This record gives sequence, structure tokens and C-alpha cells, in this order.
Amino acid sequence: MERIPILRMGRTLLVTIQVDMHDQLAVRLLDDLTGMIVSTSASGVIIDISALDMVDSFIGRMLADVAGTARILDATTVVVGIQPAVAITLVELGMALPGVKTALDVERGMELLDGTARS
Amino acid sequence: MVPLAVDVSREAIRVDISSNEDVVVVRQKAREQAQRAGFSLLETTKLVTAASELARNALEHGGGGSAELELLLDGARRGVRMKFLDDGPGIADVDQALTDGFTTGKGLGLGLGGSRRLVSDMKIETVVGVGTTITVVKWK
Repeated sequence: MERIPILRMGRTLLVTIQVDMHDQLAVRLLDDLTGMIVSTSASGVIIDISALDMVDSFIGRMLADVAGTARILDATTVVVGIQPAVAITLVELGMALPGVKTALDVERGMELLDGTARS
Repeated sequence: MVPLAVDVSREAIRVDISSNEDVVVVRQKAREQAQRAGFSLLETTKLVTAASELARNALEHGGGGSAELELLLDGARRGVRMKFLDDGPGIADVDQALTDGFTTGKGLGLGLGGSRRLVSDMKIETVVGVGTTITVVKWK
């Protein structure tokens, strides 16, 4: 079964989405990530979508669901690498992704998580 | 009038929509047509996103259907027309369906209204019990 790999680095989980996701794949990722947050006691999740040239309302909702579920499980989610054209389109579509933390790249996402962990 | 390259095929690309994977195919074909129309990255992204929303609508609300994606040449102007057809239950209240947040499905209710904001023009033809055809045009 097709899956998006999740890497573990200390207490952070890193997901790099590199395929044009169909809806089932997005749902599976949400399930897998939620399970892994619990099994690894992760405190942070970074989702790198720099390779995605489109985020529609379904994928946008998946990102918001991951962030919301992770928060309940005491983990912080940062979505990194959103392309400018994707960001503009998301806002025009009506999805400004409130409640989802973002950073420009993985490095800044890690810094954001470090800051969250310390404060 | 600016002469246009004549090697551009005006034939529509047709895609059957019966699964989640087909929605991805519609996105890919929309991207191809956007590139042939010479769309910018932003215009391409908007067209592809609208294609994804409308293809999913045809799948989830219409029980599947098809998409026709066509390059438009109007003098020097280029654009892409996308038509989504299904023979599902139809839309009882089109104004309500276009309202952000209204949904009868699993989504956020942004598909129809959101898609309209991403294109130049949208036309909805629907008959309850017969089906729905949604046509959108985006000009470069």
C-alpha cells in the first residue's frame, strides 16, 4: 500500500510530501502521523510541502486536522515550504489555515519547534 | 491581430472521474493545458486547484462523471475551458451551494465558491435528479 514516509529525529517527526497526493493517501498520512506521535512521544511534527505545486481544500483540511490532532496529543505541528503561488491560491480559495504554524523551510521549522519546547 | 502558433491542438482532453486517482489525473491534465495556454505559475496553480475541487465535487456529490479540458484561442487571447459533468442528484439550491461553508459532503464547503474565485467565469447547469454540468473558463 502506498504510504508517505515519516522520519523520526529525536522527538520530532518529519514528513516530506513529494507526490501529488490523492485523497486516500492524505487520509492515511493523518492516521499514520497520529499513531506515530503517540508511539514515539513526539513533541513536534514538521510537514514539508515544498514539492507540492497545489494544495486544494482537501489537502488543506488534512494539514489543519494533523495540526489540531497533534495539539491534542501535546505535539506542535509546523508546515514548511509552502510555495508562494500555493499560498495565494489557498487564501483565495478561502483557506487561510488558521491554527496551523508555518515556516519558510525545515531549518526554520526546527527553530520554531525548539522555541516552543523551551518556552 | 497577433498571429498564433497553429500547431496547438484545440481538441479537448477527456478524463473519466470514478476514483480519487482520477482527480489527480484531472489535475495533471489541467496543468498541461495551462502550460499550453502560456499561463503563469500563479494562474496555473489557480486553474489546477479549481480543477481538483470540481473533479472531487463530481466524484463525491455526483457519484463520478467526467472532465473535458480544452485550450481556448480567441484572437491573441488564450485560455482554458474545463467542463465537469456528472449524472448525480443535481444541486437543489445553487446559491446556497456557492456559499462558503455550505456542504452536504465531508469537505469544508469551499469547493464551489472557492473555485469560482480562482477562475474568470463559472457556469452551473443543474437539474435535480438528472445531473450537473459545471463549466469554468480561465483566461491568461
